[in-house]
Amino acid sequence: MLLEIDDVTKTYAGASRPVLRGVSLTLAAGQTLALTGESGSGKSTLLHLAGALDRFDGGEIHLSGQPLSGLDDAGRAALRRSHVALVFQQFNLIPSLSVAQNLAFHARLAGRPDRDWIARLTERLGLAELTLRYPEQLSGGQQQRVAIGRALAARPALLLADEPTGNLDETASTAVMDLMLELVRESGTALFLVTHSQAIARRLDRHLHLAGGRVV
Amino acid sequence: MRRAALLALWSHWRRHPLQLATLLAGLALATALWSAVQAINAEARASYARAAAQIGAGGLDRLEAPGGPIPLARYVALRRAGWQLSPVLEGSWRLGERRLRVAGIEPLSHPPLPAFAALAEDATALPQMIAAGGLLLAAPDLAADLATALHEMPGRPQVRASDQVPPGLVLTDIGVAARLLGRPDQIDRMLILPDQPIGLAPLSALAPDLQRLPGRAGSDTARLTDSFHLNLTAFGLLSFAVGLFIVHGTVGLAFEQRRAMIRTLRALGLPMRLLTGLMLAEVMALALLGGLVGLGLGYLVAAALLPDVAATLRGLYGAPVAGGLTLRPAWIGSGLAMALAGTLAASLHALWRAARMPILAAPGLQAWAERAARASRLQALAGLGLIAAGLGALWLIEGLIGGFALLAGLMLGAALLLPPALAALLRLGRRRARGVVAEWLWADMRAQLPGIGLALMALLLALATNIGVGTMVKSFRQTFTGWLDQRLISELYVTATDDDQGAEIARWLAPRVQAVLPIRSVDFTPGGAAAGQTVTVYGVVDDRSYRDHWPLLQTAPRAWDRVMAGEAVFINEQLARRVGIGPGDSLTLAPNWQLPIAGVYSDYGNPTGQAIVAMPSLLAHASAVPNRRFGLRLPAAEVPVLAEALRQRFDLPASALIDNAALKAQSLAIFDKTFVVTGALNLLTLGVAGFAILTSLLTLWSLRLPQIAPVWALGLTRSQLARLEIGRSLLLAALTALLALPLGLLLAWALLAVINVQAFGWQLPMALFPLDWLRLFALALLAAGLAAALPARRLYRLPPSDLLKVFANAR
Ligand SMILES: Nc1ncnc2c1ncn2[C@@H]1O[C@H](COP(=O)(O)OP(=O)(O)OP(=O)(O)O)[C@@H](O)[C@H]1O
Ligand SMILES: [Mg+2]
Repeated sequence: MLLEIDDVTKTYAGASRPVLRGVSLTLAAGQTLALTGESGSGKSTLLHLAGALDRFDGGEIHLSGQPLSGLDDAGRAALRRSHVALVFQQFNLIPSLSVAQNLAFHARLAGRPDRDWIARLTERLGLAELTLRYPEQLSGGQQQRVAIGRALAARPALLLADEPTGNLDETASTAVMDLMLELVRESGTALFLVTHSQAIARRLDRHLHLAGGRVV
Repeated sequence: MRRAALLALWSHWRRHPLQLATLLAGLALATALWSAVQAINAEARASYARAAAQIGAGGLDRLEAPGGPIPLARYVALRRAGWQLSPVLEGSWRLGERRLRVAGIEPLSHPPLPAFAALAEDATALPQMIAAGGLLLAAPDLAADLATALHEMPGRPQVRASDQVPPGLVLTDIGVAARLLGRPDQIDRMLILPDQPIGLAPLSALAPDLQRLPGRAGSDTARLTDSFHLNLTAFGLLSFAVGLFIVHGTVGLAFEQRRAMIRTLRALGLPMRLLTGLMLAEVMALALLGGLVGLGLGYLVAAALLPDVAATLRGLYGAPVAGGLTLRPAWIGSGLAMALAGTLAASLHALWRAARMPILAAPGLQAWAERAARASRLQALAGLGLIAAGLGALWLIEGLIGGFALLAGLMLGAALLLPPALAALLRLGRRRARGVVAEWLWADMRAQLPGIGLALMALLLALATNIGVGTMVKSFRQTFTGWLDQRLISELYVTATDDDQGAEIARWLAPRVQAVLPIRSVDFTPGGAAAGQTVTVYGVVDDRSYRDHWPLLQTAPRAWDRVMAGEAVFINEQLARRVGIGPGDSLTLAPNWQLPIAGVYSDYGNPTGQAIVAMPSLLAHASAVPNRRFGLRLPAAEVPVLAEALRQRFDLPASALIDNAALKAQSLAIFDKTFVVTGALNLLTLGVAGFAILTSLLTLWSLRLPQIAPVWALGLTRSQLARLEIGRSLLLAALTALLALPLGLLLAWALLAVINVQAFGWQLPMALFPLDWLRLFALALLAAGLAAALPARRLYRLPPSDLLKVFANAR
């Protein structure tokens, strides 16, 4: 199993009630999974835990066979660098770097820079004209395409995406999502996608729903 | 409505207490250093004014003899002829270790003096003053010493303390003064009183040998010390500017962060005019608060520094300044006005931007950087223009003002050039960077530059000032030490209690040492080109020691031979520069005594003009030349024995004998004390610059998270990022420090070759002190490291969920 979440609980500091009260799920390599749920149900929280971005209180998560609970800051950072890639709703890009530098950033950080692959991604995502620009000079849809390109350029085993098209209008959203799913399938990356859209969720291999702090 | 809007605006500060504290601290620091300098200046000026009012009677014309004192009989004769005159006898007098000035006047005829006015209410005072013992007036601390010291003196005078008498001066009746100074039947000058009877024979006929000199408009001390105060003021202004950098940064950020609120308030129907007015009022209220705190701090700083400044002024210019500080309303007013005006200037830009804020969303950091890049080209041009203007000013404007214009142009121009220069260096660094994190680091620094550029400018100015002033002081010290070695020719110096004892000592010493070099001098008021100057003329006997050691800067051929033959004169550098004369010109010391100038010698730490002639010529042209001090040449090993023998034989006090090493140590101690103030101000400005970096890093904090969060998410740890944060600050400080070095050296050159010549009358060779640069470099890094430590710690401790918020919250 690529990702195994087992009875995980999480309560934010200062909060009275837990966000997650025993969540379990698994994700195999190359599989795609959609997670839906009401606003505030804890989707983002769960995704962050799976990406070794934050700590959980109980249960265990295995990523590529590694238990996350025992890892320190450096261990988790190393895991993020080499095993997972992230696409969030906004502010994914590093503002002081150009599009080209952003695209290559994660791959170089992971020690897997692959010029040809990056060039192909750039082409496929329609970013060839924009490589010298800075993130601020891009539209929201363009920014999200760069973020997706940067994530896949690193050839991660798992792509975590949290409403990557949440800030875009309907047309742009569909176009970006189509591209992402296509490229994910092509590269054989596993996808854990948080979304509000039932239509998109239906297009993925599996679809889970989060409510009351549990997967239903 | 107004109240509601004000509450809304104010809520920003409640939510950002650190920002508020930073703003107030910046204001307080700026005001503190500025007003401290002002307080010191005001105190010194008040002292000069007191001195001038007390002893100068400066406005009155006076009658003097060109070559020395005037016999009392001449005064009596002129009075008989009907002239309304008032005699003055002045001289220096030793009290134990201290050298005091005694001024004797004739209380009944002398123009009213504040010190005497106070006595008028005391019926016993006047009789006491004219009575046999007499009455001495002195500043309180001196009065106490006098009373103790004079305790044993037969027929001793009464001593009274008076606040009105300048420090170091003893004011008394002319008869008492004559007794104290051992100069009976002599006076130094006569004041010509304003109301004279009609039909008097003209003074030129009655006393053709006496010179009538016009009254001086301002006091000499004030003119001499003006440059020193200008120097201090420049320092104060620099600190003030550095403080304003902080204010500018914080106010700008606060307004940036309140854009949304301002937009909402406008949407709710608040006119922009009213809003701008409210924000202005808010900023001014803060300025008032910060200014008041700053005044309190400034008072403390001034009180701490004033004793050293007073020592400087006394040591360097002989200017009488007391060490105590009084609180003046004018000072409070001007300090607050400065705080308000400064804050207004620093906030105008932010206010203006807020007033014409576009309705579009706030531009992000990169756009800010782009705009800044365009602005930086303009800024670079402005910087070059300012430097050129400074150089032009030096060339066009004579004197000290031109010199300071040069300094101002150099410093401001260089500060404006700093961000473009740093940007170029960072681009270079980025191009040569290997590794993805390094590339990001360089790019990131470049993007941050507009945000902390101002703070780095402050650092640049502080470092350059440090290097410049430090180089000047140390160059001066080095030259001064070398000069002391040359100038202090004799192994032992002895001072007799009076002329008779002096002659006896000289006779007794003659067979016992290699040479006795009398140190005798008289003040002259020369004519010709040097008219209006006071020149202390020293007579020297012909001895090899002088020829071998005397620190001559310029000489004419056969200089020593001609001087010793009484055919020429040496003058000191101050006199040469002030009057614009040198070898080849001549100096008219008295109507019947004109000598060609054979050389110029360096003479540091002395405010007045000096000349050296052969002893026989001095004695021929001046009567009553004191003969009490001697320099003795003898093998160094014999000094202690001889000193002891002298003490025994003539019953001399310990202070009357001083050996070469002790004298040198004394002189250097005075020198070092002189520059304590500069050192303190140097360190303070550096501290303020460090604080400016801290505040700009803290205020940039909220803009910083969106920059850092993606890098963290992609696999860097918070501790790595925190370390990079410190490294970034260190690197920027290091680059700034490297650029500050040439600027500082340029500043040092300007101080040594331009300002010093104008202010003190001497030029100094510049020496370099690389170890000091290293120390300063380390200090700059320490300041930058400390400034970055707080934000870095905050980053290190930041919960991941806070970093993750960046990606989710619509901001
Ligand atoms: N840093 C935090 N501190 C305290 N509570 C938090 C924090 N982050 C999230 N929460 C709370 O945890 C709950 C779950 O948040 P989460 O962001 O996971 O929801 P979500 O399902 O992603 O919602 P949305 O669909 O709106 O993005 C919410 O009630 C939220 O208020
Ligand atoms: Mg969410």
